[in-house]
Amino acid sequence: MTALALPVPPPATLRRRASDLLYTRRGLLLMALLAPPLLWFGVIYLGSLFALLANAFFRLDDFTGQVVREVGFGNFVALLEAANLDAARRSVAMAIAVTLACTGLALPLAYYMARHARGTQKALLYIAVMLPLWSSYLVRLYAWKLLLAKEGAISWVAERLHATWVLDAVLSVPLIGGPSLSFSTLGTFIVFVYMWLPFMVLPVMAAIERIPASTLEASADLGARPARTLRHVILPLALPGIAAGSIFTFSLTLGDYIIPQVIGDSTLFIGQVVYRQQGVAGNLPFAAAFSLVPIVVIGIYLWLAKRQGAFDAL
Amino acid sequence: MRSEAGFGLRAAAWGVVLFMHVPMAMIVLYAFSAEDKSYVFPPPALTTQWFGVAWGRDDVWAAIELSFSVAVWSTAIALLLGTLAAAALARAKFFGRDVISLLLILPIALPGIVTGIALRSAYHTLEIPFSFWTIVIGHATFCVVVVFNNAVARLRRLSPNLIEASMDLGADGFQTVRYVVLPQLGSALLAGALLAFALSFDEVIVTTFTAGQQTTLPIWMLQELIRPRQRPVTNVVAVVIVALTFIPIVLAYTLTRSDEPAHR
Repeated sequence: MTALALPVPPPATLRRRASDLLYTRRGLLLMALLAPPLLWFGVIYLGSLFALLANAFFRLDDFTGQVVREVGFGNFVALLEAANLDAARRSVAMAIAVTLACTGLALPLAYYMARHARGTQKALLYIAVMLPLWSSYLVRLYAWKLLLAKEGAISWVAERLHATWVLDAVLSVPLIGGPSLSFSTLGTFIVFVYMWLPFMVLPVMAAIERIPASTLEASADLGARPARTLRHVILPLALPGIAAGSIFTFSLTLGDYIIPQVIGDSTLFIGQVVYRQQGVAGNLPFAAAFSLVPIVVIGIYLWLAKRQGAFDAL
Repeated sequence: MRSEAGFGLRAAAWGVVLFMHVPMAMIVLYAFSAEDKSYVFPPPALTTQWFGVAWGRDDVWAAIELSFSVAVWSTAIALLLGTLAAAALARAKFFGRDVISLLLILPIALPGIVTGIALRSAYHTLEIPFSFWTIVIGHATFCVVVVFNNAVARLRRLSPNLIEASMDLGADGFQTVRYVVLPQLGSALLAGALLAFALSFDEVIVTTFTAGQQTTLPIWMLQELIRPRQRPVTNVVAVVIVALTFIPIVLAYTLTRSDEPAHR
């Protein structure tokens, strides 16, 4: 064995010196990497949010229809009107209900995909979850218009099963019912759940895949029945995935104005109020003020989700 | 743990899959429906005439073209910004790191209507006229996080030993990035880019606030939904898009799967 030969130090080209500089001065490297995204988000995104915030304090001149750039709190007083509070309350309740339903539906599918499906079947299931994400939101909404219509497929199936009375009974329930599924809050709820379900399935599946099989075996070896393993082992470990998925289901429901406009009764959700105020009424300041409501609600929600470790599971 | 799933679990899982796909089947069925006035089920007769009608519609082609170029530009910007942010945040610990990752998630965590009306307020305040680029700016902003998430997950799995080995063998930082980091990152970036593209191609809520007179494909659909002219044409376009997007998903899936062998 000969003595270890030290490698010849590479020639100090400009490129090598730049590389060494970035390697030894980590702060410089970080700054170089972060500058473009920070500029984009700092200037365009935060700038826009600031413009939104500023507009919320302005007011609309009733005669000229122009935005008057004077700071005032008129918009926030208007927020407290019964109709607006009602829209906010209804939206939050819907977002919570949709999130719970998505969790309930996503868990069995995600668990099956993560633990039981193999090979081709797993690939097919994965594609089956991804495919709706890829296809047009509006087409899928339209599909539900077809399904839920009075003369549509669901009524037809109910009729064939001699269960039209069940459908009528459900539709006659106050608050969630209506003349037909496509004009009821129940219909709005079904479509919301359908739309955001893939956003819940994928992170929950990822979280369940990360649970080592030995943990579940240990639980069984220690005498836990499947239901108990589910409650005390799987659910707690899947919680970051559920929290991550719920960020999407909650926030997407809270901000959507198209689904309740196409499927549902005439009661308004936050998104519809905002859209109408800035569009039909041309009242950008009030729309801006009202859109701060979901920001505050979601801020609280994100804070709670972060405590559950949701961002590590995204 | 039993390796065979119980009947209840299997039934529940496939039931949910069915719930996710029956509506899609409806769209395919109705694309062949001869009835164009009502939603009656089952369709009274089947026809293929609407495919020819849709093919001849210039407004459909224009909308597809606009959506495609918006998605390409948004994806390109998101790839650049998302990868840079991921490289900076994957391992380094510094003050304000959590704030930055929160900032990246915010456009998608906040409802689209907030991002939309915020951009509209900004354009209104600065008196920027609506254009192709006002749409792209909005889309790119919420696409960054998708690329970022994919890249950051892969970078965290990438062993630092590989980078050190590369440096020990005499490569400089740029060579290490080019020959060691990027090949490892490739499929994650591709997956992120495909998701970003899909997100942009399908986006309607932010777009309604930032588009002015421009008609992207989703805005075209929305107009058809609110004031339908020929419903079957919408169905045909939808079927074609579902069919076209099926190929890239399968591709992306097999690509990202093949380079993670035995990792489960």
